[in-house]
Amino acid sequence: MAKKDFPLIFERSKEGRTSYNLPELDFPAFDLEEELDETYIRKTAPELPEVSELEIMRHYTGLSNRNFGIDSGFYPLGSCTMKYNPKINEDVARLEGFSQIHPHQDPKTVQGALEMMYDLQTSLKEITNMHEVSLQPAAGAQAEWTALMMIRAFHEANGDYNRTKVIVPDSAHGTNPASASVAGFDAVTVKSNEQGLVDLEDLKRVVDEDTAALMLTNPNTLGLFETEIVEMAKIVHDAGGKLYYDGANINAIMGYARPGDMGFDAVHLNLHKTFTGPHGGGGPGSGPVGVSEELAPFLPKPLLVKKDDFYSFDYDRPQSIGRVKPYYGNFGINLRAYTYIRTMGAEGLKKVSEYAVLNANYMMRKLEKEYDLPFTQHCKHEFVLSGKKQKKLGVRTLDIAKRLLDYGYHPPTIYFPLNVEEALMVEPTETESKETLDGFIDTMLSISEEVEKEPELVQEAPHNTIVKRMDETTAARKPVLRYYEE
Amino acid sequence: MDFRYLPMTETDKKEMLETVGVQSTDELFSDIPEDVRFNGELNLKQPTSEAELKNELTAMANKNTNVKQYTSFLGAGVYDHFIPSVVDHVISRSEFYTAYTPYQPEVSQGELQAIFEFQTMISELTGMPISNSSMYDGGTALAEAVNLSAAQTRKKKILVSKTVHPESRAVIETYSKGPNLEIVEIDHNNGKTDLNQLEKELDEDTASVVIQYPNFFGQIESLDKVNELIQNQKKTMFIVSSNPLALGYLTPPGEFGADIVVGDTQVFGIPAQFGGPHCGYFATTKKLMRKVPGRLIGQTTDEDGVRGFVLTLQAREQHIRRDKATSNICSNQALNALASSVAMSSLGKHGVKKMAVLNMQKARYMKQRLEESSISVVSEGPFFNEFVIKLSNSVSATNDKLLDKGIIGGYDLGLVYPDLENHMLVAVTEIRTKEEIDTFVKELGDING
Repeated sequence: MAKKDFPLIFERSKEGRTSYNLPELDFPAFDLEEELDETYIRKTAPELPEVSELEIMRHYTGLSNRNFGIDSGFYPLGSCTMKYNPKINEDVARLEGFSQIHPHQDPKTVQGALEMMYDLQTSLKEITNMHEVSLQPAAGAQAEWTALMMIRAFHEANGDYNRTKVIVPDSAHGTNPASASVAGFDAVTVKSNEQGLVDLEDLKRVVDEDTAALMLTNPNTLGLFETEIVEMAKIVHDAGGKLYYDGANINAIMGYARPGDMGFDAVHLNLHKTFTGPHGGGGPGSGPVGVSEELAPFLPKPLLVKKDDFYSFDYDRPQSIGRVKPYYGNFGINLRAYTYIRTMGAEGLKKVSEYAVLNANYMMRKLEKEYDLPFTQHCKHEFVLSGKKQKKLGVRTLDIAKRLLDYGYHPPTIYFPLNVEEALMVEPTETESKETLDGFIDTMLSISEEVEKEPELVQEAPHNTIVKRMDETTAARKPVLRYYEE
Repeated sequence: MDFRYLPMTETDKKEMLETVGVQSTDELFSDIPEDVRFNGELNLKQPTSEAELKNELTAMANKNTNVKQYTSFLGAGVYDHFIPSVVDHVISRSEFYTAYTPYQPEVSQGELQAIFEFQTMISELTGMPISNSSMYDGGTALAEAVNLSAAQTRKKKILVSKTVHPESRAVIETYSKGPNLEIVEIDHNNGKTDLNQLEKELDEDTASVVIQYPNFFGQIESLDKVNELIQNQKKTMFIVSSNPLALGYLTPPGEFGADIVVGDTQVFGIPAQFGGPHCGYFATTKKLMRKVPGRLIGQTTDEDGVRGFVLTLQAREQHIRRDKATSNICSNQALNALASSVAMSSLGKHGVKKMAVLNMQKARYMKQRLEESSISVVSEGPFFNEFVIKLSNSVSATNDKLLDKGIIGGYDLGLVYPDLENHMLVAVTEIRTKEEIDTFVKELGDING
């Protein structure tokens, strides 16, 4: 073990310690070994660590100190909407009436939970202007696939089995083409034009009678609103295809525009982004899916319904694509989103988008002085810079990102979207103050100065973090994916 | 209304608009075409103060009957186990729960290491060399395993035992439509997979066989015998869905030749919370390491030789491979994997066996008490912490009466198995006391008497 290695929990283990008190048996024990064939009785104990309760807390507190979250500092990770995670959400999710209910309980014993879910569905329908919403999908990617399965079922219900293509812009999130594949479609790319928007001519070229759907994020991943959305919808609809809205970026337009009004037939929302379910270090998320009236019969089952003030699950949905997840979605995350929507209301949500967009434009105008800005129009909630000026001086976007770590910032998303060279994708969100934005801007400008004067300072960054750059090549070439005792 | 999450002041706004060079924020939205712009106000409930909202939501929570107020014998895939206090204290540390996916390893070592440890614990419990960093839940992990088996073997036929959780089977069914698989369900004989039918259906077109262990009825399936059958078809893969707590006592599926082992770690430190979020796990062989869906954490060193951890083998994943990725999964269940890691660390090597045994003991105590009463116990043979009983009345009517006595009864098997009308699946975990079990047996006897 090198000098600064932080011990693994297994390396803290010592035979005979524990951190769990189990109740003692209050009746004579049964002879399990007599009942079970020895083939099924485990011979060697699993090597779980043996540690006391304090050692557990020291270990995980130590690990948390080696981790950076939104509460630690500014986290302008583009496309991820790293806004503040409200604390009331966490408290509410821990109320026993919500956290300690079983999904197979009789609906009459969980009317409060169902009421919350129904209210949330109603709110999301209003925000997106869709006909019906299901909370079942576990996250954005699963929701994308769910909606594509519905679109597939819709076409098949019309006797249309030849729609094999799903169109995806070159700037799309990686999940879009991946979801298309999992749903059994071929993903076909449509190019962006010089303004960073979908190229209408190219769209006309790729859309035909084989097109099942177009997947679109609006504003797109460059943070730009697809201004020709009406024409795009017409092109796809005229060919018999459907329009799918990837709601990853809805933080930009709440109360200003709704996917349903733009012609989208299906949408998903990432409740762990715009609606403050915490990201949790990568999950859990929640990805409700909303659809037009035409697609509603195909929603996953069961569907939550309300009849005579009683909430229940409707399983009698013959055209449903079926279940996409056991039970009814990530209830705990949905509850946090509901709490957020109730805190903000229509007025608050519109301000969220207003300020998210103002913050992004403010930063963009300050930073374009030193960093190349490939698309110069007003942005929405995020913008994409290119590090190509700095690259000419031998400093890559990766280096700039690492240098930001030295200054206590989480870097922006880098090298995405793929259609911008040396991309730096910045999303400040509305919960950050002007002082925070100014601090980050100043740092970015001084890094740009460092690139000119002392490039090695940036190239060799980070200098102040607990570990330096990692050897990712060896990690992938000779994978060590678990601990073995030496 | 004041909005406590929005720090923008009028002065800030004015200065920022000036920098941007516009008169008002509306100008920043002028790129939205007039005909699709929303000019009204969203019809949502009025915003609420923190104090009022807490009251409102507490009242809503109180409308639900919860398993802490009532004595629950409901399991069927989601269990009421004790969660040590340390779990919530750890996952409440906001450095963990407010972080994103650890794409910047220098400032994410805490998360990366914790999940590397999770992978190790799952590997130990399942007896498989590789575990990923988590999936949405046990059901979708199983569906991903099925799709992987089809891609790997280039075969379309999947044999799924009817003793696999019905909701997982439903998810498999939906996932199978994309790659166009043929799902064949294998019947059960009084709660265990019919091995004769399995043998008949198993042929050279079979991509995989899916077995749950312990199964949905709580029975311990004969994985050794299933494996013997599969050995006759060299390419067919063996997929096992397993409750990881049971593996504290049972021989791990890895020792029975499993190719993929999946399940849900809800049993370790995650509350039922109406079915989600829970936490799927996905464990497999070295051979399939580069086909695994989702994120993998690997150990490496930094420039100074200090040990550290990174996301690795990312060429499998959607953000790199796009339409050629092994799965579309992006978000996973990292925070819940952390919760389960803390719970598993609390239990430790011997505690996990002790807890599994306690579950088995208490379930056997209840089974014996029921057998002594008038209730008919249908399950035979080795089981974990669940078994099937047959009632003289409908399960729903019985559960209504139990509810009046402060008891949440078992799962109504007739809802999904037409031949099991009036059959109830009951679960007994380590937190049920002798008194609670005695009361349940007495009340059930009275209702069915």
